Amino acid sequence: MAEFSLPANSLVQKGRKFKDVSSGQLRSVQVYRWDPDTGENPRVDTFDVDMDACGPMVLDVLLRIKNSIDSTLTFRRSCREGICGSCSMNINGVNTLACTTAAAEIKGDIKIYPLPHMSVIKDLVPDMNNFYAQYASIKPWLQADSAAPDSERLQSQEDREKLDGLYECILCACCSTSCPSYWWNSDRYLGPAALLQAYRWIADSRDESTGERLDELDDAFKLYRCHTIMNCTNACPKGLNPAKAISEIKQTIIKRK
Amino acid sequence: MSLQHPLARVKGLGASGEGSHHWWLQRTSALTLIPLSIWFVFSILQRIGEEQVSIQSWIAEPMVALLLTLYLVFMFFHGQLGLQVVIEDYVHGKRKRMTLLLVVKGAMIFAALASIFSVLRIAL
Repeated sequence: MAEFSLPANSLVQKGRKFKDVSSGQLRSVQVYRWDPDTGENPRVDTFDVDMDACGPMVLDVLLRIKNSIDSTLTFRRSCREGICGSCSMNINGVNTLACTTAAAEIKGDIKIYPLPHMSVIKDLVPDMNNFYAQYASIKPWLQADSAAPDSERLQSQEDREKLDGLYECILCACCSTSCPSYWWNSDRYLGPAALLQAYRWIADSRDESTGERLDELDDAFKLYRCHTIMNCTNACPKGLNPAKAISEIKQTIIKRK
Repeated sequence: MSLQHPLARVKGLGASGEGSHHWWLQRTSALTLIPLSIWFVFSILQRIGEEQVSIQSWIAEPMVALLLTLYLVFMFFHGQLGLQVVIEDYVHGKRKRMTLLLVVKGAMIFAALASIFSVLRIAL
C-alpha cells in the first residue's frame, strides 16, 4: 500500500538552535537537516538570521546561514535568478525556487524542507536521478526522417507560438514533486515535468516522430496516472501549465482513434 | 542496491498501449451516466413512500426496465473502471495489486449481474 506514515529512520526530530553572528533584525528560519554520514534521524534546525545583513530572497537567507552561521548546510543553487532550477525546495509548504521567493512574502517563521517525497542525499538536496531519467526517456530532442536542409528547419510564426508556455520549463521538479500521483507511483508515472516536455515535442511542427511519441505515452501508468489534480500548475514557479499540456496529450491520442 | 541505470529502470517494459482506451471508456461512460443518473434519482424521489407492488409494476414497464438495465450496466462498468484506478494508485506490489483487482472486478461483475437479473425477473 501507499505509505502514509514515515518509517522510523525518517521521523524528523527537533534540531539545534543557532544565532547569527550579527544582531540586526532577527528572523527565525527552520531548516530540514539530514546528514547520511552520522546515521542519525533528520532534524529541523532553527537559525535566527540577521535580515539586515542578508539579501531579500530566501536563497539569500540560506547563503547567509551557510556563509556566516553553519557552513555544513547543504543545498543546490546556481543562477539566483530563476532560470537554472537548482534551488527548488519546499518553502512554507510550497514547492518553489528559493531565489525568486522573497523572505518578506512569508508570514511568520520561514520553514525550508527539501522537495517532497524524493530520496534525500543531504539536507535540502534530493536525488534527481529518476526525474532526469524520466526526462531523457521522452527523447527531448527534434527527431526527423526528412533530409536535413542546408539551413534551419523552418517553422511558421503560428507554429512557433504553439511552443510558448512549454519551452520555458527549467526542470526544477517543483511540479512533479507536488503531484500526489507522482508521490505514490513515480517509479512508473512520468510526472508533469516530463509530460510537459513530451508535449513540447509533440506540439513542435518540425518534429516527425509525433506518432512514436504518442505510442510511448499510451500507458496506464506513464501518462494516465494524471488525475487532473492541478497541483503541478499551482506549484510551477515559472507560471507554466503542465496539467493543460497533459490534457492536450490525452486529446491528441484520442484524435488517432 | 541495483546497478541498473535509472534510464533502463524508467523505460522498463515500455508502454502497454492501453491507457487511452481505459481513459476514453471512463469518460464516455461518465457522460452516458449523467442523463441516466438524473432520470434514476428523479424517478426514485417521485416514488418515495409507494407500496412495493406499485414499485414493481413501475419497474415492469418496458421502457423503465430498459432504462434501469442500461443504468445498471453503465453504473457498474464505470464503477469498476474507477475502482481499478484507485487500486492502481494506492496498492503497491504486483501480486497484491493483481489479486485485489481480480477480486474487485469479480465482485462488480457479480453485483451487476445480480442487479440486472433482479430487474429482468420483475419485468419479464
